[in-house]
Amino acid sequence: MNDQLKQLASMTAKGLMSRREFNTRAAALGAGSVLSSSLLATAVRAQEPKKGGVLRAGMQGGESTNSLDPALAASEVPFAVSMTWGEMLVDVAPDNSIDYRIAEEISSNADATEWKFKIRQGVEFHDGKTVTAEDVVATLKRHTDEKSQSGALGIVQGISEMIAEGDMVTLKLASGNADLPYLMADYHLVIQPGGGFENPAAGIGAGAYKVAINEPGVRHVFERHPNYWDAANGAHADQVEIIVINDNTARTAALQAGQIHMMNRVDPKIVELLKSNSDITIEHAPGRGHYVFIMHVDKPPFDNNDLRMALKLAINRQEMLDKVLGGLGSVGNDFPINAAYPLFDASIPQREYDAAAAAEFYKKSGHDGSPIILRTAAGAFPGAIDAANLYAASANAAGIPLQIKLEPDDGYWSNVWNVEPFCASYWGGRPVQDQMYSTAYLSTADWNDTKFRNPHFDEVLIAARGELDETKRKAMYSELANILRDEGGLILPMFNDWVEARRVEVAGWTPDPNGELMNGKALIKCWIA
Amino acid sequence: MHPILKLVVQRVALGLLLLLAVSAVIFLGVEALPGDTAQAILGQSATPEALANLREKMGLNEPPLTRYFNWLGGVLTGDLGTSLTNGADIAQSIGQRLGNTLFLAGCAAVISVPLAIILGLIAARYAGRWPDKLISAVTLTTISLPEFVAAYFVIYLLTQLFPIFQPVAMVFPGMSFWAKLNAVALPVIVLVLVVLAHMMRMTRAAILNVMQSAYIETAELKGLSPMTVIWRHAFPNAIAPVVSVVMLNLAYLVVGVVVVEVVFSYNALGQYLVDHVTKRDLPVVQAVGLIFAAVYIVLNMLADIIGILANPRLRHPK
Repeated sequence: MNDQLKQLASMTAKGLMSRREFNTRAAALGAGSVLSSSLLATAVRAQEPKKGGVLRAGMQGGESTNSLDPALAASEVPFAVSMTWGEMLVDVAPDNSIDYRIAEEISSNADATEWKFKIRQGVEFHDGKTVTAEDVVATLKRHTDEKSQSGALGIVQGISEMIAEGDMVTLKLASGNADLPYLMADYHLVIQPGGGFENPAAGIGAGAYKVAINEPGVRHVFERHPNYWDAANGAHADQVEIIVINDNTARTAALQAGQIHMMNRVDPKIVELLKSNSDITIEHAPGRGHYVFIMHVDKPPFDNNDLRMALKLAINRQEMLDKVLGGLGSVGNDFPINAAYPLFDASIPQREYDAAAAAEFYKKSGHDGSPIILRTAAGAFPGAIDAANLYAASANAAGIPLQIKLEPDDGYWSNVWNVEPFCASYWGGRPVQDQMYSTAYLSTADWNDTKFRNPHFDEVLIAARGELDETKRKAMYSELANILRDEGGLILPMFNDWVEARRVEVAGWTPDPNGELMNGKALIKCWIA
Repeated sequence: MHPILKLVVQRVALGLLLLLAVSAVIFLGVEALPGDTAQAILGQSATPEALANLREKMGLNEPPLTRYFNWLGGVLTGDLGTSLTNGADIAQSIGQRLGNTLFLAGCAAVISVPLAIILGLIAARYAGRWPDKLISAVTLTTISLPEFVAAYFVIYLLTQLFPIFQPVAMVFPGMSFWAKLNAVALPVIVLVLVVLAHMMRMTRAAILNVMQSAYIETAELKGLSPMTVIWRHAFPNAIAPVVSVVMLNLAYLVVGVVVVEVVFSYNALGQYLVDHVTKRDLPVVQAVGLIFAAVYIVLNMLADIIGILANPRLRHPK
């Protein structure tokens, strides 16, 4: 009973439950009002941030080739490092609303082609310089430069004009985009003094912590930025560290031994085991990331929609979710959007495993019966080999000659992904539907990894961008989802949760669907209780 | 010239020549990797123009021979260039990590070499009896375990069951010597387990081989104790093969411990090399490759020279 009560108290303290509800439920558990109110007081006290100490995260996803230049951030550690020292115009909050950071106010004209960002006054960079509208414009300019090799190039390309005037930044777009504020939350777009033109890898930003030691692939040590503008809501520890521990077992052992306070990417296979350790709490947040099998719709035999449909019906999603992810996720429906997105259409029916229908479509496709080769690698996504084998078994049961070819991890993303017509892959998801579709399913998209080209789809997608009426917009996104689900080259069996673990003494944790370790903010927002 | 000196000079010259040949082989091997750095850096966002620009900037358009001699010239003057992926100075990055590699290898060697030789002597003294069998069984078991299994076992035993050490073994400049020793304890234990058997068995075999000689029989007939016979008469004649296997294991401790580095997140050269191979960061791969080759060549050269010095027929030329 006590544990249950404590949990209720902590939920109330976090604001997830009202005080009245707490009292009712505490009474239902048989707790007297004195006991329950003292418990609540303790829980509330524990929720008050404590300053000081050193907070350490052990992370997978760092290499000795990493750079502090946010434009080049491509894996988990560089992402978390940028989030720790950098600040963007806006963030996306856990509830999917816009969290205003360097931009204090955002407004647009009626057709969403012109956006005004009011820059917050008195925000200071680590070098003492004040953040100005000019810095913001220069930063965006650096990412539009083809030579910067920025991961945000596709996002800033649609901006035709950028003007800094006083404390106001105006962005003019070639075509309307109602989601522009969400695009500005992209983790590459860290605001740097002078745009970071002179020394992009200097690590000077306006974030909560300053870079103290930068040893790529080993560790990143940060000290509190004394003039951090949002000190009331973060930067609790005096020092934070990100330690790169790529090995699953070592990372878990380090957490159990107390060498680190939190870790990303808990292997789903050991979640149950870790739960038995009273020093450790498992945290998981349903995200937008998904594990996929992609077919190139322009190459035989995948240019035949009946064959594609046969392959989509031949996968047992629930079994895969249960066996590969231990249930920590949700089943997919062959389009890259789930309930974590605004304007998601929950009424689209769930596609199920149907061996008979798959066999029928396979027969209809007229395929010659030669093996259909699916390429996979251990690094395609966690559990990719198991998932591919499960897929082959369920497809073979439907009479489809699906065969697995194992590829080496090294070179997978340059030699197999985007090259071979059928392979395993993953996507991290994007904050809004438009960005997800525009990144990978628009005919002209840089990362159109299914080679999906459908003029009607493009038309609806671009129209939805400028549409400010939510009902109409929702209908448009529903249409896009249906087109992709029925004609696309994407087989999406499951969305994966972020599965992470922390030590019990870490307080202030709020699950965030936007990214790992509270979207990279865990070190800033948490404290040691 | 003294014949030993002449032999040594010959060996050193041969070593240098070998190093030059290895540098050419490394360069060719790196050239043969599929894709080039420009492509690896740009990845999925590679457009033909971006590729051409980057290749131009990185000098990838020059003929291979020119690039080889440019690189070799740099190496001779201590300039290893900068990493293509993050612009870090290679000599500086390698300097620190090489120090860590040598520290770990040194700690493992200081424990494993004397231990292996002593165990080898004991096994030879009691050949075929229970101490010999026990030593052989234990060391053969530990060498048969894959390194990562041994590492996980040690992690479980010494950080979870008996929390004495920390599982993550990073060392940093500014740490005290004792703190560093404490940090590397687990990887050192694993490495000792891995290299012990090889050296121990070579020592045992070499000594047993010498024990067949007539002069050992003479020594035994003089009434010397078995341990004295082994230590004073057999061991000096078994030094050459023992030294060569010791050197081979030392070389392994420097260049072959990537798995142990990964498991314990130890920040040394192996992991650094692997990361850069994955990104096709060729200057780094070449530099580290050359260092590893040099370690092998130098240690083998030392083994040869010690073997020569240990041979009385060469030590006392007629």
